Amino acid sequence: MKKTYIAPNIERNSAGNTNKYGAKSVVRHQDNIEGVCISDLVKDYGSPLIVLSETQMRKRYRRLLDVMQRHYPKVEIAWSYKTNYLGAVCSIFHQEGARAEVVSRMEYEMARRLGIEGKDIIFNGPGKSPEALRIAIEESALIHIDHLDELYLIEKLAKELDMVPQVAIRVNMDTGIAPQWSRFGFNYENGEAYRTVQRLLSGKAMKLRGLHTHIGTFILDANAYYWAAKALLDLALKIEQEHDVLLDYIDMGGGFASQNTLHYQYTAGEFASPSFDQYAAAIGNAFNESSYVSKNLPTLILETGRALVDEAGSIISSVLGKKNLPTGERAIILDAGVNTAITAWWYKLKVTPTRSFPGAYQNTIFYGPLCMNIDVIRPAVPFPDLHFGDIVLISPTGAYNNTQWMQFIEYRPKILMITETGQVELIRESETLADIIGRERIPEHLRKI
Amino acid sequence: MDYRKLTNLAMNDNGFIFDPASGYSYTSNETGLYIMKLLAQGLNRDAICQEFMAEYEVNEDNFNSDFEHYMLMLEALALVEF
Repeated sequence: MKKTYIAPNIERNSAGNTNKYGAKSVVRHQDNIEGVCISDLVKDYGSPLIVLSETQMRKRYRRLLDVMQRHYPKVEIAWSYKTNYLGAVCSIFHQEGARAEVVSRMEYEMARRLGIEGKDIIFNGPGKSPEALRIAIEESALIHIDHLDELYLIEKLAKELDMVPQVAIRVNMDTGIAPQWSRFGFNYENGEAYRTVQRLLSGKAMKLRGLHTHIGTFILDANAYYWAAKALLDLALKIEQEHDVLLDYIDMGGGFASQNTLHYQYTAGEFASPSFDQYAAAIGNAFNESSYVSKNLPTLILETGRALVDEAGSIISSVLGKKNLPTGERAIILDAGVNTAITAWWYKLKVTPTRSFPGAYQNTIFYGPLCMNIDVIRPAVPFPDLHFGDIVLISPTGAYNNTQWMQFIEYRPKILMITETGQVELIRESETLADIIGRERIPEHLRKI
Repeated sequence: MDYRKLTNLAMNDNGFIFDPASGYSYTSNETGLYIMKLLAQGLNRDAICQEFMAEYEVNEDNFNSDFEHYMLMLEALALVEF
C-alpha cells in the first residue's frame, strides 16, 4: 500500500519566536461540536454549514446575569436583534428572560412575530420611520430618542394618538476611549443631553423612563463603562433634583468584546478581551458609588449581544482546492467565503482542522469561493497540509454573520442548532434560486433573449 | 539549477538537517527530506516524480505543483541556486 502524501516542507531552525504568553503554535484539531461529529454533519447536511450551540448561548447569558448581579442586583438583559436575529436564537434569549432590543421596523416586527409584547421591546437606532414610531407608541414600546427631529415627531404622534409614549434619551459621552462614538443620541459634556431632557419634559407629551448610551463596539477597556455609567447616573441625579422626575432604568447599551481577535490586535482575544466580571465590576462600581442609585435603585439594562452569541457559532467548511502562491505561502480555497463569514473582515478568525495531521506546518492563507480578491477568511496562519475534501472549522462566528451576511455570488448555506440535549435541529434552510429571483420583475420587452 | 550544496548537508532520518558550511540547521518533513536526498543523488524532476508516484498516494500534477513550491523554499533558504 502506498504511503499518505504530505506536501514537502522545510524550515530553518531558530531559537526564540515564542510569544510572551508561550502560546503553542501546534494546531490542535477538533472533530466535534458539543459532542456531535463534524464529518457526520457534513455527510447529513452538506457543506458549508453554520452551526450554533444552544448550550453556549444559555450558559453565557446566565453567566453574564449572575456576574452582573453580584455587583448590582437589579439587572435586565435585552437581546440585541442586530447581532443575530434568527428566530431560534432570539427565542433562546427570550426564554431566558431577555427583552428585545431592536433598531428598525423590520427587527420590531421580528420581535412581535416571536410573541414579544411592545412593552418588552426597546426601540433603539437612529432611523425610526414615522410608521414604525406610530406602532411602537401604540404598543407602549420603550423608545430611545436619538435626535431632536425624532423627539418632535414623537410629540406630534403622541398628540394624534392621544397616548403618552414611553421614552428614554440616548446619550453619548467621552469615556476615555477612541474612537468616541458621538453619532448616537445627545452629547453629555456640552450639555446637549440635559437640554434635550428639559425640552422633552417641558413638552409634557411623553414619559421619560430612562437614559441610554451606546459607547462603542468591541470595547477592550472595561473601565470605559465606569465613566459611561457615572455620566448617566449624574445626569439622572440632576434630572431628579431639577425636575423631580425619577427614572426607572439606566441602559448601558452593548459593546462587550467577544473572544475574537481584531486584525490589528497583537494579543489574542482570549487574553485581551475583558471578562464579564471586569465589565460588571466597572459598571457596578459606578452604580454603587452613586447617591441616585442608593436612593432610587434604578434597573440596569445591558444590551450586549456579541459577547453572548459569538462563541456559540462556528462554520464548517470544506477544502475545494490548494494552491502554492508565488509569495511562498500556501493557499486553501474553502467553500465558505466572506459572504457567509463577513466578520473575517474584522477578526483573525480561528481556523481549526477537524482531524489530526502529521507533518510540519506552513503559512497558509484561507480564501473563500467568491471570485473577488476581498474573499479572505484568514490571512496567513501556520497550518498542516490540507487536501481536497478536508474539513475545517471557522470560529467564533455567532455574532453579526447571520445578519450582515451577503447574498453575493453564492447561495447562503443551512444553519443548524445543536440543542441542550445534543439534538441537531435545522433552523434555516439553504437558499435556492427561487429565494434570489422571487422578488425580481423582468420587464416584458426583456423576457425574450 | 545547482544542487551541489545539498550533497554537503548532513541529513538524519527524522528530518533534522545540518549545513556545516553555514552552521544553520533545518527541519524538514518526510517528503521534503526525500526530495533533497533524491536531488543530492542527481535525479531530475521527472525521475523524482516517478519515485514519488510509486511510493506515495499522489498524482503527477499535484506533485509537480508542490515540487515547484518546494524548490522556491530551498532557494529562499539558499540551499539550491537557480
